Amino acid sequence: MTYQPQKDFGTPESRSDEAVSLTIDGRNVTVPAGTSVMRAAAEQGTAIPKLCATDSVKSYGSCRLCLVEIDGRRGTPASCTTPVEPGMVVRTQTPQLAKLRKGVMELYISDHPLDCLTCAANGDCELQDQAGAVGLRDVRYDVQETHLGQEKDHSNPYFDFDPSKCIACSRCIRACDEVQGTLALTMEGRGWDSKISAGFASDNFMGSECVSCGACVQACPTATLVEKKVVEVGTPERSVVTTCAYCGVGCTFRAEMRGEQLVRMVPYKDGKANRGHSCVKGRFAWGYAQHQERILKPMIRKSISDPWREVEWDEAFAYTASELKRISDTYGRNALGGITSSRCTNEETFLVQKLVRAGFGNNNVDTCARVCHSPTGYGLKTTFGTSAGTQDFDSVEDSDVILIIGANPTDGHPVFASRMKRRLRGQDGRPGAKLIVIDPRRTDIVRSPHIEAQHHLPLRPGTNVAVLTAMAHVIVTEGLADEAFVRERCDWDEYSHWAEFVSQARNSPENLQPVTLVDADELRAAARLYATGGNGAIYYGLGVTEHSQGSSTVMAIANLAMATGNIGRRGVGVNPLRGQNNVQGACDMGSFPHELAGYRHISDSNARSLFENDWGVTLDPEPGLRIPNMLDAAVDGVFKALYCQGEDILQSDPNTAHVSAGLAAMECVIVHDLFLNETANYAHIFLPGSTFLEKNGTFTNAERRIQPVRKVMTPMNGLEDWEVTQKLAQAMGLDWNYSHPSEIMDEIARLTPTFAGVSFARLDEVGSLQWPVTEDAPDGSPIMHIDGFVRGKGKFVVTDYVPTDEKTGPRFPLLLTTGRILSQYNVGAQTRRTENVAWHPEDLLEIHPVDAEDRGVKSGDWVKLASRAGETTLRADVTDRVAPGVVYTTFHHAVTQANVVTTDYSDWATNCPEYKVTAVQISASNGPTEWQEEYEALSARSRRVETGIASE
Amino acid sequence: MNSVERLIHMANQIATNLATDAAPAAAVADHIQTFWDPRMKKMIFAHGTDGLSPIAAAAISLLADAQNGG
Repeated sequence: MTYQPQKDFGTPESRSDEAVSLTIDGRNVTVPAGTSVMRAAAEQGTAIPKLCATDSVKSYGSCRLCLVEIDGRRGTPASCTTPVEPGMVVRTQTPQLAKLRKGVMELYISDHPLDCLTCAANGDCELQDQAGAVGLRDVRYDVQETHLGQEKDHSNPYFDFDPSKCIACSRCIRACDEVQGTLALTMEGRGWDSKISAGFASDNFMGSECVSCGACVQACPTATLVEKKVVEVGTPERSVVTTCAYCGVGCTFRAEMRGEQLVRMVPYKDGKANRGHSCVKGRFAWGYAQHQERILKPMIRKSISDPWREVEWDEAFAYTASELKRISDTYGRNALGGITSSRCTNEETFLVQKLVRAGFGNNNVDTCARVCHSPTGYGLKTTFGTSAGTQDFDSVEDSDVILIIGANPTDGHPVFASRMKRRLRGQDGRPGAKLIVIDPRRTDIVRSPHIEAQHHLPLRPGTNVAVLTAMAHVIVTEGLADEAFVRERCDWDEYSHWAEFVSQARNSPENLQPVTLVDADELRAAARLYATGGNGAIYYGLGVTEHSQGSSTVMAIANLAMATGNIGRRGVGVNPLRGQNNVQGACDMGSFPHELAGYRHISDSNARSLFENDWGVTLDPEPGLRIPNMLDAAVDGVFKALYCQGEDILQSDPNTAHVSAGLAAMECVIVHDLFLNETANYAHIFLPGSTFLEKNGTFTNAERRIQPVRKVMTPMNGLEDWEVTQKLAQAMGLDWNYSHPSEIMDEIARLTPTFAGVSFARLDEVGSLQWPVTEDAPDGSPIMHIDGFVRGKGKFVVTDYVPTDEKTGPRFPLLLTTGRILSQYNVGAQTRRTENVAWHPEDLLEIHPVDAEDRGVKSGDWVKLASRAGETTLRADVTDRVAPGVVYTTFHHAVTQANVVTTDYSDWATNCPEYKVTAVQISASNGPTEWQEEYEALSARSRRVETGIASE
Repeated sequence: MNSVERLIHMANQIATNLATDAAPAAAVADHIQTFWDPRMKKMIFAHGTDGLSPIAAAAISLLADAQNGG
């Protein structure tokens, strides 16, 4: 298809139910009340010339190009700021309007460089288009003073700012304010001196508060703000709608292409998760896809001390199959296992778990959700009956109180954070939602432009359950529970038991304050606000799940939502913010060792027989090993082979020393990935993977939205990932013959009741579907548990606070908690291979000034971070974002390997690691630790390829 | 900790968290039956109840009995 930018209606859509009919250029049009004349015209196919208007931001009325004539009105009102009225008669093209518009354009062009032929936006410039649209042929002014020749700002790695081309329309400023909510940009000076500025006059874009979401670039009607890639490559020639492969928000993008070359990723306005917005990762950080360190040929080696040897695919599959057979014959079938990836598609994860269950003959399959959201699966299935969040993202628009616990959405889920912030700021006279943040750190959302949390509860890490129980205590003992909802929707006896428990004096905020370190009055006020403030919505992340009581915390959250009636309608709910793009999907697809697709236990003979009949095999009715159990079994010498797709357990999983011991004890580690990641240091077979740009499939985001991933270029490694798994299965003798991922989805739909109505054809038709998609809900289910819980009655579970076994003491007096930063993603395998390193080149240790002073540590100093599990070094960042006694770091860099320090304590129900609580000590350091030095040497040795060229 | 010590720790942790259940030993037994692979179960049966909390020990006994057809 020829390239066309997405249609711009000029002003935002009106959501009014009231219809208004009017006439524009002699044609009748009916639109919702509140629609602008400009948009009404656009909807009937009439493009009124415009420059300062774009449909992502509110109308502004500054450019005076969109003037129209309206019967009965004096003058020529701006169509962008004029709402439609019943019976209105509008003319968009008259000699008078043409003259006015031409005059306006003449003024604009008189102060614009006429370098269209060499301009990066040539052919994709609204100023150029409008000059053509109004028939401008000449500029009569002999301008002496212009804005031309100003210095360009190239500081941002992804886009340039050329003030000489700016028409001062403010679209970039308004996009930053209204869409992104960072308010980084401003108009400096007045009148003739007006100039877009990224903060202070001394700031360039890189040095400013700009978060590089790209909203300003997208809004710019000229080449003032333009992607460097467009400057380098030229304008795109075609586009394909696809889904981002970063976080669990699941933004829809147009991959804009030139041949097989990706020119830019532009957020798709019809994307239901992102509604036309993006973040620095999805918008810009895709350079890893063509990074020189990508491995494109399969490689094998007998021992991890050998260099790699490149082989053809056929040899790789034959060798892999023979190794797996040898190990199965020697040690038994239970010595094999696999790990699916939340970065891969539903179809790919489904095939990997199928390979394990049907091919390896056991249930030793797990997924990286084990180390992030497995407690969500357990907790929400127990309480509500479904292992998933209850809402769609749009729901936040109707929230009155937003409670964020253990999540840092502006860094981890930035596009949804922008939507949340929009609601928190309030809009069009509607007051903003109230905000409660429960987090040991003062995350950015606690206080940001026009947003200030009513309550920030900076709890001691590891005390989530105590805080939530104390909140429940307040709600029940102060009579704030919605008992009518509970009586109708939940098991009353279970509620009564729970209410009696939380009401006990030992669970009062005052009694728990010494444990949680949360001010009792503040906690009481927060609980009252959540219970009585209208629609209350809870959003949570890994700060909830990655604890020894992760599952209990999820259930405590569910208890609060049920007790206050905040379930089953828009604006409320329990919303896990998923870390990776397809965490939800990987879990849905039967990646857990105890569950088949659709969360049916492997011991359920009815469910099992469905799969057995379809696959023509007998399945083991016993649950298999989880990732940590696999590693334990490997150390014990009974688990010998692992197929690891798209996952880097050596860097991402806790207690690196234990992970490496487990991997080193295996005889066949198969890594299927884009790069020689850290796990590959212990691998015997490397199968090169394909990027999300090189394959077809689907991802399922945090709102259960199944979205298409579309192949926009040929896989550089020659095969899509599902093909690799299929060919491996074939080499093992399995009769698999999928010709397209759509056939895999058909199988998933056939075997999974909640996916019954899902197919690629249906997804192409409607864009996306939120499961359950069934006969009763053929268009999917944006909101769950509307008339009743999936499990029948909502279940209250008593969640008694149990302190973690990870204790501070004289040797390790501080608590380390870990997290993410906006510019990096997970273990950094992708983002470290992009220009995003400009923002976060290394992991830093945040430490409170008091703790830093006690240890003589200053910002920028190298410090040793030691725990009972291990030690590493990194540089300190002294900040009061963390409370005294708490230190914080990210885990994006392999050099730091924060998980050398984390322990293998885990959630009691799911074995999700307790990443968020590690007792540590900080001391001055003058160099890398022994572990870091040894590991660096191992990495160098392990990455040798026989060609003699190191791959990383 | 070695694998058996880890299993003991896990069983005790499950027992502590399910202690408020109406039938805690049965709840722990059900949890282990649902989520542990056969080798892990065998290992803890073989180990016996040493180091286990009373609830965890009762749960393991329940499971072992069921396994042995008891």
